[in-house]
Amino acid sequence: MMLFCALGLLILACLAHAATPEEIGLKIAQDARAREQGFGNVAAQQIMVLRNKHGQESRRQLRVQVLEVPDDGDKSLFVFAEPRDVAGTALLIHAHREKADEQWLYLPALKRVKRISSSNRSGSFMGSEFAYEDLTAEAVEKFTYRYLRDEPCGDLTCTVSERVPVDEKSGYSRQVVWRDQDALRVWKVEYYDRKNAHLKTLTLGHYQQYLERYWRAGEMTMENHLTGKSTVLTWTDFQFQTDLDERDFTRTGLKRAR
Amino acid sequence: MLLAFALALVFAAEARAGAELSGRLHGESRWFPQSGAHPGQRAQASGFVAAPKLYLADAEGRSLAFAPFLRYDHSDARRTHADLREAYLLLFGELGDGEWELRVGVDQVFWGVTESQHLVDIINQVDLVEHPAGEAKLGQPMIYLTWSSDWGVLEILGLPYHRARTFPGRTGRLRLPLVVADEQVEYEEERHVDFAARYSHSLGLLDVGVSAFDGTSREPALNLISDASGEPVLGQYYAQIRQFGLDAQLTVGSWLYKLEAIQRAGARNLSGREEGYVAAVVGGEYTFYSVFGSATDLSLLGEWNWDSRGRNATPSRSPNTLENDLFCAARLAFNDVQSSEIVASVLGDVDRATRALAVALERRLAERWSAHLEAIYLRDIDPADIHYQTRRDSFIDLSLVYYF
Repeated sequence: MMLFCALGLLILACLAHAATPEEIGLKIAQDARAREQGFGNVAAQQIMVLRNKHGQESRRQLRVQVLEVPDDGDKSLFVFAEPRDVAGTALLIHAHREKADEQWLYLPALKRVKRISSSNRSGSFMGSEFAYEDLTAEAVEKFTYRYLRDEPCGDLTCTVSERVPVDEKSGYSRQVVWRDQDALRVWKVEYYDRKNAHLKTLTLGHYQQYLERYWRAGEMTMENHLTGKSTVLTWTDFQFQTDLDERDFTRTGLKRAR
Repeated sequence: MLLAFALALVFAAEARAGAELSGRLHGESRWFPQSGAHPGQRAQASGFVAAPKLYLADAEGRSLAFAPFLRYDHSDARRTHADLREAYLLLFGELGDGEWELRVGVDQVFWGVTESQHLVDIINQVDLVEHPAGEAKLGQPMIYLTWSSDWGVLEILGLPYHRARTFPGRTGRLRLPLVVADEQVEYEEERHVDFAARYSHSLGLLDVGVSAFDGTSREPALNLISDASGEPVLGQYYAQIRQFGLDAQLTVGSWLYKLEAIQRAGARNLSGREEGYVAAVVGGEYTFYSVFGSATDLSLLGEWNWDSRGRNATPSRSPNTLENDLFCAARLAFNDVQSSEIVASVLGDVDRATRALAVALERRLAERWSAHLEAIYLRDIDPADIHYQTRRDSFIDLSLVYYF
């Protein structure tokens, strides 16, 4: 065992010696993606509690379904349950690695499916501190990377990397990401706005492993340092590899989504 | 219908998880600052709406929806009305690489992309007494089959029953000098089963649909007749029409480019003669995200409405005829916790001074409460325009909505 560890460290050291910080950063992101692959599909419930600086709270509840698309961005479906005035409203996103995402919104009061612009990367999701770009799957291609350092995070050791969004419509100049070395789980993200001010911090916790492979955070807290507002996003009822398929992520499926 | 309810019971017994009662109740008050142009018209319209919806589903997603609608209006008995907005059974399954979906019962269907009017949208009758913009629709009995796959979506509808449009009564506003009778409805063909179909596809940046309709028009021609007591009234006449429609939207960055066009045969024009025509709406929408260094999004819309009949064009929904009219609007979405939104718009005739200005404000007050304030200002209505008759019907409308 000792021997293996030593060997491992030696290989890492060699790699580190050979690779630039940019290459290491990219390698970490690619490894993290590799660990995510093969999940097929997943469904979960989200509860968001929005808190302003006076401590007043507001609640959002929605159901999320994600379909893995090999060699392209995932397809996701968000169906709102609360607040009640938007109950039944559903958002379908076909994410793409290379080209712009496609998005459709279903408005139940009018029974209307609307194709909407996907340019609104930096806008607030449902009035929360999460932007659309914080919630959609993080395609490796959408950032450039730079490894910064290793440091302890709780009982674990984290690699700290910086990533810069490729999309000029992103609201961020850069993000700093803490991932543990064991499972490459994200524990913290610092978001810097276009003026390079530290805008928000995301902390993740209550990780659970599903199908003996996929780690998912049960709680995500986004704090906005400029406004003093925060949003706590709680995930429950994760179900992997259900009978969801392509058909549930179409414009026709969108009209049926509940 | 009975079958549907028998099934409902089976569903309810089988699927405990998939039963949901939701809906809204709202109180509304509408003030008309000017006295009416026609005798008997009231200055205020107050009332309430109850719109519950019951939804039952089994584990496979087969479902039943039941959504009645009731409005009470204390100043216009004709605006007090009940409707069945939805009452359908929904089934779906796999078909080759794609899927089929079947809806049987009463439902609503929306086709199209533009905002100022909905030319292509033809399945449901307009519930005109709800709002002069004609966005509210009556439930339509239908057999609605959808087949979708990689090649697109094909919708086919059989529509066995026709709904007559709702019109304001004598004491109501936003009407013609004569009341439109709701009992004397004439058809070119009685009990005609209408057919409609649409093929649509999403090709990267382009969403496009072509549609066809063959059957009873949703838009009545109005004829001078007498009611039971010998008073002159307007009778509704529904002709047989055939319509082809095209709707397309190009989504490029923050731009939405929109087009709707129809070609209709068999319809009556404003002077009561049969005249085939072509009509189109073309326009665009651009959104500036996170303006003024805030979370607010600003959208600007412009649409041009055109009708080949020119001055003989009929008002398809609203009191306005849209033969050569420009629509401009700005929408501010604040993206705050209350989802506050302001929409301001102008609809104006290119050749005449006629203008309709509208401002609408919406805001969530609490988890289950929302307020909606709207003002519509009709300005310089040209005496030659059909909605000269509604020239004194500018109004302010306040609604308080409770969602459950």
